[in-house]
Amino acid sequence: MEKIIRDLSIGLLVLIIFAPLGLLAVGETFGEWGPEEVKEKLGFVPPGLEELSDIWSAPMPDYAFAGGSESMTMSSVAYILSAVVGVVVCGGLMYFIGKKAAKN
Amino acid sequence: MHIPDGYLGPYTYIAFWIIMIPIWYYTGKKLNTELKSRQVPLLALSAAFSFVIMMFNVPIPGGSTGHAVGGAIIGIVLGPWAGVISISVALVLQALMFGDGGITAIAANCFNMGVVMPFVGYYIYKLISGNSEITSSKRVIASAIAGWTSLTFASFCTGVEFGIQPILHHTASRTPLYMPYPLSVTVPAMVTEHALGFSILEALITALIFAYIQRTDTSILYGETSEAQKNKMKKAVTA
Repeated sequence: MEKIIRDLSIGLLVLIIFAPLGLLAVGETFGEWGPEEVKEKLGFVPPGLEELSDIWSAPMPDYAFAGGSESMTMSSVAYILSAVVGVVVCGGLMYFIGKKAAKN
Repeated sequence: MHIPDGYLGPYTYIAFWIIMIPIWYYTGKKLNTELKSRQVPLLALSAAFSFVIMMFNVPIPGGSTGHAVGGAIIGIVLGPWAGVISISVALVLQALMFGDGGITAIAANCFNMGVVMPFVGYYIYKLISGNSEITSSKRVIASAIAGWTSLTFASFCTGVEFGIQPILHHTASRTPLYMPYPLSVTVPAMVTEHALGFSILEALITALIFAYIQRTDTSILYGETSEAQKNKMKKAVTA
């Protein structure tokens, strides 16, 4: 059991370090276009889509520093930082929830 | 697969909140009865793993990008209910902090990736594995098929949710208010790119982690008991 936790943690660490590889994939994702991209495709933006699309301003939109430089280095730093935040928050929260739920 | 805000109209996103709230509640009760404390570190790792693996965007021919989720392997190792909570936590953080997936669509995204994937993954794995030895290679194949099917089915659900929007929400002149494309576009688009691309990645990840656990310690697998526990049970029966 300890070996599995250790090995998987190392695996996760490697994934975090290589996370910026995920930035190399350029292209669009079906159904995840911004309003401008929808306008390019259709010539108009559906009114409900336009209205709802900016309902939330995330602190680090698309795993990048808001308003930060777009250099590959800065993007990579932001991406790794995002992965670290994700691991710490998700892992920490689940550990806490798990400890509360598990009795035996 | 992370539906942004603005693509689902209120009928759909509210319906998914109504579906998900009792599911989350029941998941909490379920974990209270079946989660063992030795599984807790693994549960924490699974949510972290799912978060990071979704950041690995891969390109496929045709100019589209997407990612694996890890839903099937979490369902197989920790059980489908643990999968619901792990993936939900990752998705909520992605939406709130990183704008990946909409706020209104959190429940829909949690349903597609957090409920459909671990349940489809776990039951396909169980179905194909049957009574085969826990260490058999048949189970590795079963886990790969479970991974592929789980993400492909999740993409189908997402495609349907997208495609019903023009039917549910449009102006008097039939201008769509939210996702503009009909089912005949959204379902094939979602399912094809997943079935031929991202689901294969999901299958590989599922099989790789499963094969590793098979070689290391099968007693951690959901529904399996360790040798020590088995001996204890035998003693209890003979006593």
